[in-house]
Amino acid sequence: MLNTIWFLLWGILWAVYFMLDGFDLGLGTLRPFLAKNEDEHRIIYNTMGPVWDGNEVWLITAGGVTFAAFPTTYAVMFSTLYSPLLLILFCLILRGVAFEFRSKIDSPGWKGLWDLCHLVGSFGPALLFGVAFANIFQGIPFDKEGIFQGTLLTLLNPYGLIGGALFLLLFLVHGSLWLAIKSEGVLHERAFRTASTLWPILLVVAVVFLVATWFATPLYKNYLSHPVLFAVPLLAVVALLGTRLFIAQKREWASWFASAATIVSATLFGVIGMYPNLFPSSSDPALSLNAFNSSSSPLTLKIMLGVALTFVPIVILYQAWVYYTFRFKVTEKDLGYDEAY
Amino acid sequence: MDALFLSRLQFAVATLFHFLFVPLTLGLSILIAIMETQYVRTGDEEYKRMAKFWGKLFLINFAIGVVTGITLEFQFGTNWSRYSKYVGDIFGSLLAIEASVAFFLESTFLGVWIFGWNRISPKLHAVSIWLVAIASNMSAYWILVANSWMQHPVGYVLKDGRAELNDFIAIVTQPFAILTYLHATFAGYIVAGFFVMGISAYHILRKHEVRFFTRSFRLALVWSLIFAVGNIGVGDLHGKLMAEAQPSKLAAVESIWNTEKGADFYLLLIPDEANERNSVELFGIPKFLSLLALGDWNAEIKGLKSWPKEDRPPVAMTFWAFRLMVGLGFFFVLLSIVGMWRRNKLESSPLYLKTMMYAIPLPYLAAECGWIVTEVGRQPWIVYGVMKTSQAVSPVAASQVAISLVAFIVVYSLLGLAAFVLMAKFAGKGPEGPVAVSG
Repeated sequence: MLNTIWFLLWGILWAVYFMLDGFDLGLGTLRPFLAKNEDEHRIIYNTMGPVWDGNEVWLITAGGVTFAAFPTTYAVMFSTLYSPLLLILFCLILRGVAFEFRSKIDSPGWKGLWDLCHLVGSFGPALLFGVAFANIFQGIPFDKEGIFQGTLLTLLNPYGLIGGALFLLLFLVHGSLWLAIKSEGVLHERAFRTASTLWPILLVVAVVFLVATWFATPLYKNYLSHPVLFAVPLLAVVALLGTRLFIAQKREWASWFASAATIVSATLFGVIGMYPNLFPSSSDPALSLNAFNSSSSPLTLKIMLGVALTFVPIVILYQAWVYYTFRFKVTEKDLGYDEAY
Repeated sequence: MDALFLSRLQFAVATLFHFLFVPLTLGLSILIAIMETQYVRTGDEEYKRMAKFWGKLFLINFAIGVVTGITLEFQFGTNWSRYSKYVGDIFGSLLAIEASVAFFLESTFLGVWIFGWNRISPKLHAVSIWLVAIASNMSAYWILVANSWMQHPVGYVLKDGRAELNDFIAIVTQPFAILTYLHATFAGYIVAGFFVMGISAYHILRKHEVRFFTRSFRLALVWSLIFAVGNIGVGDLHGKLMAEAQPSKLAAVESIWNTEKGADFYLLLIPDEANERNSVELFGIPKFLSLLALGDWNAEIKGLKSWPKEDRPPVAMTFWAFRLMVGLGFFFVLLSIVGMWRRNKLESSPLYLKTMMYAIPLPYLAAECGWIVTEVGRQPWIVYGVMKTSQAVSPVAASQVAISLVAFIVVYSLLGLAAFVLMAKFAGKGPEGPVAVSG
């Protein structure tokens, strides 16, 4: 029971991370295409300004919880996925520093350099998280010692790439909707237009992904034995359709929440399908790491559950307060402040 | 070069670089919180300018500190997977607590502080920097509890081929952890104090914004004196605990080769590792080392030769890092005392101001030396007496680690350079906005 609760918490933490940092990563990738002048670039950076750092901590927590609750999974997952993981981390490093440094020196060369870092640092993780998770759904080739039996290219298989495309598109739509919420005028219009242009592509990729999942992974097994679980992917589909509906109605917050619900339920679709596996081995299913054979001791799980159930709600409360405090649209006036990005 | 050596090198690069930024964050966040509190209490605009000016430097520093911390957490999985499997039950939970209790608070309220100047009340704004300061100092506590467990493992049992938690409270409250915490945070406070004093000295020397920088200097001076003196005491207590808990580290720190009762302390000593002796031992104080390390004139200190060669830490590196750290620690006390003496005539003390300007890097150096003593001195163990570093490394290809190590060095060097350029630019420019008239 304790292990199952932790399995779910683990999945939820990743889902929340993708929901929150997803729009930063998506908007960071779209920024060069959405902004037509320096003010617009800065407005886009500043729409993420007060929240991106807090969003990123969900990743640290997801990583930390993997370490605390499932240390063997943490060890094998991160060492087998050594190169892609470090690639993601370097991207996130460049992105974070770009936020802080870009507007500190007013020269085109300096700004261009950090713009590039920010673009790469947003696009890389958006794509690679999808590739990594799709590969995990499929199973990773690793042996008894936890040694990876492949190369970086092994991960770039068709299903992995579909997963990458899915995450990328989810984040792009999510990011443009965030910009729609936080901007006004032409930028606001452009953000909505971008979301509605990208949406049909996202729909196609999502359908391809759901079909490919049937052939490439054992994810549907849990759903077939407990059909009630189909509610989760169904919710993802409904939320995705709802996103389009709200975009058409120009309801910015509603469309963003629908897009957030799509990301959360899509992530949970994969996680529930894997249960009880956290890190399946495609070399030999018996080597797969799951919520029971890779977990911490019951004492650690209990203590950590207490910590998580106390502090995660507190975090949600104060982060919600921050989102509420900074709910206003970012305008040219905000760029005049000394602290603005 | 094998994956083990490369992984150790990579961890050293990542940690030492990370710790160039953390200490300033720990101390400067509190100093800025004090300045802003003064502003809220007195309404004196000069304090607001101070909080904003030092805040800008703080943010440049913070950005690098945060992003380089992330790679540390994940490196335990990528490069030290056998370690992670073996001790994750304990070590992993401490890192997870750090993230959920402290890191969230710090990152979230830093965003509020940066963007909140015109959105929330001055009081709430001051609260947000206090939350950042408290959270970053809490964060340090959990990380140092985790590190202390590697130095002095308590509260665990060996079961099913791994270390399992059996007494959480013992791990979180062990004196070793508390003293490590005080020692490392005090070191951070000294870094921040000297940083503020050094930059202020630069401006006072140039007669630029003298009132603003004299006020900053004096605040940082009292602060530095307290923690420089405090850290001598804390360091001594911590050293005594270390001496009991980690006898092989003590032997390397003092370069003692033969077991001795009432060991002498030499002011000048040069270890000769190859010949298992010291090539120079001068200015000895009889029995003083036994007193210093163990609090008893006649206490026995185990020499390095009591351990087989493969169980000894690298001696020269540990020894010199320790001597340098301690020497610098006393130097900081001296500089702070001179400062207290000259505090009302700073403008007419150019030599002292110049010294303080060039002293900015020294507390950084001392802090890095401290980590070298702690980590190199613990070798060959990753968890002292429980697991060896060589058993802890991931089964990854050396080529993979070589590539990531090069990437770390290149990316971190460029980031370090960019941060330095920005800091120098803003530190040199001085505070923005009109000079405050009140106060």
